[in-house]
Amino acid sequence: MTTTAQPTATTARHRSVGVAHTRVEGRDKVTGAARYASEQPFADLAHGWLVLSTAARGRIRAIGEEAVRAMPGVLAVLHSGNAPRVMTDYVSLLGPPDPTNALFQHDRVPHIGWPVALVVAETPEQAREAAEALVVEYEVEPHDVAFHADRPDSYVPDDGNAVLTKGDLEAELAASAVVLDATYTTPEQHHSAMEPHAATARWDGGRLDVLDANQGAMWVADELAKMFSLDPSSVRVRSEHIGGAFGSKGLRPHQVAAVMAATVLQRPVRVALTRRQTFAVTGYRSPTAQRMRLGADPDGRLRAFGHEALNLTSTLRPFVETSAALGRVLYDARAHHTAHRLVDVDMPTPTWMRAPGEAPGSFAVESALDELAERLGMDPIALRARNEPTVGPLSGLPFSSRDLLGCFEEGARRFGWAERDPRPRLRREGRWLLGTGTAAATYPSGAAPSTASVTAEADGTFTVRISAADVGTGARTALTLIAAEALEVEPERVAVRIGDSDFGPAWVAGGSMGTRSWALAVTSAAAELRGRLALGDGEIPPEGITAHTDTAGLLAELAKKERHSFGAQFAEVAVDPATGEIRVRRMLGIFAAGRIINPLTARSQLVGGMVWGLSMALHEEAVRDPASGSHIGADLAGYHVAANADVPVIEADWIEDPVPDDPVGLKGIGEIGIVGVAAAISNAVWHATGVRHRDLPLRPDRVLRAEEARTGA
Amino acid sequence: MREFSYQRATDVDGAVALLDADPDARYLGGGTNLVDLMRTGVERPGRLVDVRELPLDSIESTDDGGLRIGATVTNSELAAHPQVRRRYPALAQAVLAGASGQLRNMATVGGNLLQRTRCAYFTDTSLPCNKRAPGTGCSAATGEHRNHAILGASAHCVAVHPSDMGVALAAFDAVVSYETAEGSGQVALADFYLPVGDTPHRETALPPGALITAVTLPPAPVAAHSRYRKVRERASYAFAIGSAAAALEVADGVVREVRLAFGAVASRPWRAGTAERVLSGRPPVASVFAEAADAELAAAQVLEQNAYKVPLIRNLVVALLTELAEETTR
Repeated sequence: MTTTAQPTATTARHRSVGVAHTRVEGRDKVTGAARYASEQPFADLAHGWLVLSTAARGRIRAIGEEAVRAMPGVLAVLHSGNAPRVMTDYVSLLGPPDPTNALFQHDRVPHIGWPVALVVAETPEQAREAAEALVVEYEVEPHDVAFHADRPDSYVPDDGNAVLTKGDLEAELAASAVVLDATYTTPEQHHSAMEPHAATARWDGGRLDVLDANQGAMWVADELAKMFSLDPSSVRVRSEHIGGAFGSKGLRPHQVAAVMAATVLQRPVRVALTRRQTFAVTGYRSPTAQRMRLGADPDGRLRAFGHEALNLTSTLRPFVETSAALGRVLYDARAHHTAHRLVDVDMPTPTWMRAPGEAPGSFAVESALDELAERLGMDPIALRARNEPTVGPLSGLPFSSRDLLGCFEEGARRFGWAERDPRPRLRREGRWLLGTGTAAATYPSGAAPSTASVTAEADGTFTVRISAADVGTGARTALTLIAAEALEVEPERVAVRIGDSDFGPAWVAGGSMGTRSWALAVTSAAAELRGRLALGDGEIPPEGITAHTDTAGLLAELAKKERHSFGAQFAEVAVDPATGEIRVRRMLGIFAAGRIINPLTARSQLVGGMVWGLSMALHEEAVRDPASGSHIGADLAGYHVAANADVPVIEADWIEDPVPDDPVGLKGIGEIGIVGVAAAISNAVWHATGVRHRDLPLRPDRVLRAEEARTGA
Repeated sequence: MREFSYQRATDVDGAVALLDADPDARYLGGGTNLVDLMRTGVERPGRLVDVRELPLDSIESTDDGGLRIGATVTNSELAAHPQVRRRYPALAQAVLAGASGQLRNMATVGGNLLQRTRCAYFTDTSLPCNKRAPGTGCSAATGEHRNHAILGASAHCVAVHPSDMGVALAAFDAVVSYETAEGSGQVALADFYLPVGDTPHRETALPPGALITAVTLPPAPVAAHSRYRKVRERASYAFAIGSAAAALEVADGVVREVRLAFGAVASRPWRAGTAERVLSGRPPVASVFAEAADAELAAAQVLEQNAYKVPLIRNLVVALLTELAEETTR
């Protein structure tokens, strides 16, 4: 990392962005010096433990508070009878608050896992024992948690983007030479971040100070201020290191509970969730049922593209899993009909989970395209090329850049696609049937207004301050490289400070928009600083010289275009038809995702996304007990994510993808790695076995049942 | 989580005396299952007696040519032992198919036999479960039971025993030795796990307070030619949805001796005696293997979601025995 030669400004620029750089906080993380949210020591710290409803619907009749108050170390029991009132009628950076956060405001129980009390004690063990001893009596009402495609009570949500239509779908289907009409399902899935949620709240000199792990310190601070009716400047949220988030780490009940208890007790209170509690109260991806209707001419040109996606939501708030959105970008067709429907059940409110919409949606769309290719007798890549749009199929807007076909071309070359015999169930190796499959990927590359400051310090270094979040992806390092490039200095001279709401408003680590949004702010602040330094006399005062920017104006000027990243996924699988086991043998993902900042962490993020997609294809599934509504097996032994042994050789790479009109040329890469993977694997399973699977995950029992049906046994 | 006291036992008599004096105490082996259950409130012992340091950590050949495995031998040590690998390879394979490297380094042989079912209703104290809370009902029978029993279950409980090791031990006629305050005793693994009936909470034939001291494998030349195969929903670190241990000896074109046991199909490792009897003296061909499996599985009582286990076990039996037959006749 040290250099002897004095770098010139020009070489410095070429050294930062685009060159592999290890994480700036990597040493701290691997030595344990990096403290996570639940590890910060505090004097006089008390510990809160959430009590969650075991009833799936009803009313709290009584809470056996007295007995618990007498237990060792117990300081307080908060519940709907005594908790501070909070405001929940507000809109945050990302919309209305999650209903689960309205802690202890009434005695209704709208779903299982609803927080009904917080027990605070001197030690976490005392708090837990008391919380588990707390007797809560419920007036239980019949519940309904059943999700399936044929729910008669589904409805179109009140959302302008719920349904988009072009042309006459039915007429074009009727006129099509080849038609596919199939329903695909994906199960309830959970984020399962390695670090369980935890927060510590305290009042410090009249300010509320919260140490947390979240995807946006400013986002959480703003919500807490609104919820507790506090002046925004009197709330500070810090989130230095985060062990994974994936959409689950916004404001959640543990922060609200910690603030309530710290306020009532006037001492620092920590609330850390157990693994099981993270499954219960930090959101999840709804199951989906998606009907695909495709109609094509014999040459593969799509006449009709129909995608109707159903997901569940709670009785508290409509949450749309936008599964039908990606077809609006991917494929042209004479008639387009993409629609979302919801059904309200007595379940917790779903939320965003990595590649919201596109992850389950791509399973349906990209499986359906493969099935259509089979019926047409056409190569699946050729079918996609045949339907490549020149402008947004529905918007008519130009693409900022689009190279899906370039991804397929490079991927096919490296994967050996040309040698593939398209016929299924032809390749055998010992007990294994072998097959290959492919799928397209896309994800929006948005940006949102953010503020940042850059300070030229008197010692010749630079300090960047931005309320960004490094959820484990390497965002802090990427921003260091971006700032170094913009300042034309060595990355070692740049310190990037993030994860502090005091640094001002900024977009969150979410929606694949973080790095692009923050990079715009950091580069524009750096440019302004360089301008000021150029005008100065070269003297830097002890407090440094600081430039501050807000990108709201910059973004408003950006031309309206279809802005997305693209990719092509390839997979090879082995299937044992005697046992139903599926092993993925290799995967390749080629992406067109703008300029890549740090190849080292970018590759990790893309590979990580592809592992997630593999996990989604083969393993992930939350199971609800119909009688109780409980998520049973809510731990990492019961909720399977891919283990090392499931993960084969995975290659992720990218092609050049310049975005001419974008000031930073970036697209996000947080979600694109997942998109299409499950379909590529499922398509490969068909190629191996000759059997189509339309329900995830591809469990051994499903493969076995399909084999039994196939052989007529 | 209840507060508990912890004591490390240094000799078997002392450990047994501690349990005898305190019905609220439990032995602690590797803790890979008990500690999880304590965290979730399924087990709430007032005292833990750590037996991991007891001098029960050796594997020795017996005078008759069998093998005596101490109760505190870790799963890792068992799987790596040369005599185990040579004379009972299916046992080593079964152990290595279980858990993860870290868990196998901690888990003991005695603890492996006494681990509890991973039925998700058993491990969730908010839900009915006859095994955990007798008389509350079986949630799995009408709920989620994709990985539940097809053999030997009852309306009171359909949970499966999770051990891989136990399946190989069942195939090889293992005998469990134990110590109590009243003296020592032995029970064959075949009789170790009690029938489910209407008392699924009573799991083993061990007397109260008994400490497992060893597992003895009688001599079995056929075991040298054995194999274990486990099917699970991911490639590692998952419990079986079906598994089989098989040993085969072929002479003069017919099956001379065969051992067969299944995992993840019953409340205990399932010794497939019916299948063994069908196979004995018959030619070692796939159709006979399938016939034998079907004979064993004729007693299967499937639920809505676990019927796949019947073809799964049948296919496993055919595949394993075919592989073994090909090797013996090569």
